Amino acid sequence: MKSMKQFAIILMFSFIGEALHALIPLPVPASIYGIILLFLALERKWIELRDIHGIVVFLIQIMPILFVPAAVGLIKSWPILKPAIVPYLVITVLSTIAVMAVTGRVTQMILRLGGDGQEKQYIRK
Amino acid sequence: MYEFWHESLFFGTLLTLAAYGAGVWIKEKTGSAVLNPLLVAIVLVIAFLICFGIDYDTYYDGAKYVSYLLTPATVCLAVPLYEQFETMKNNARAVVIGVTASVVTSLTVVLIFAIIFGLDHAGYVTLLPKSITTAIGMGVTEELEGYVPITVAVIILTGILGNIIAEPVCRIFGIKEPIAKGIAIGSAAHAIGTVKAMEMGKAEGAMSSLAIVAAGIITVFGASLYAMIF
Repeated sequence: MKSMKQFAIILMFSFIGEALHALIPLPVPASIYGIILLFLALERKWIELRDIHGIVVFLIQIMPILFVPAAVGLIKSWPILKPAIVPYLVITVLSTIAVMAVTGRVTQMILRLGGDGQEKQYIRK
Repeated sequence: MYEFWHESLFFGTLLTLAAYGAGVWIKEKTGSAVLNPLLVAIVLVIAFLICFGIDYDTYYDGAKYVSYLLTPATVCLAVPLYEQFETMKNNARAVVIGVTASVVTSLTVVLIFAIIFGLDHAGYVTLLPKSITTAIGMGVTEELEGYVPITVAVIILTGILGNIIAEPVCRIFGIKEPIAKGIAIGSAAHAIGTVKAMEMGKAEGAMSSLAIVAAGIITVFGASLYAMIF
């Protein structure tokens, strides 16, 4: 019963997220509202971590599997991707590398510039 | 036989789980970073469907129960965020600047290549939300009148690619701080990348989750601006 109760709590946040998505005319998906609301509920101690711990560990663990069906859907979009596959692939590969590298370097630079004493240990070798 | 595939309730989910299991097994046997379980599972399922002449809708009819858990699982990302809230607050400046840099980089790279490849306006706006989470990205493309199915395909490709290259990119570019790694992975490769960040560590996972939300929201506005440029 305990795990069903935990699952119900997570579904409740997913459901409220769905409702907000339906009500608010922004391209923000249900899951994003759900994350924000669950975060607030935990911060405000409306929900204790132990009330949902088991299901959270489980769902985060299986998360990669959950992307498989949607990704297999690439075969269905193949006919529309095919005519411009070269530009799409080039842009996808280069921009993913560029975004990751630039973001990581910029974030790291600011971290290491940081004023907090604790960050002295970040000084470059 | 074809009828049977159509009627089976369990085939789609079983195939998905079996393919992922095979992916994990191959990863353990070879220890190779390229043979990522997610990528192997996707390739195996596609190969199976093609070999047996099963169409995607038939497969998805069973596999939709797997996708059903995607929103609840994403909502659970609030937990690492909550656990790492102190880290986030103490490094707020780096997080905000980092995510903003990611959005600007993503949109600018797409703009440059759209000009180089001579894409039309619809093709260009289709690619603008490529680094953010699927559901937000679809909304952005719809709003800007691009091709939604292509956005979805490119977002998924970006996620898989980001998941695979996260470790080598961090190594090559000397990104060592867990916070910087998490922000980089989440803002470049949304939830599929975050799976990899979670494997790296708690701080990486939490920062990556945060970056999905933040980069998604900033892109909603940024993409509208970039759509006016070209």
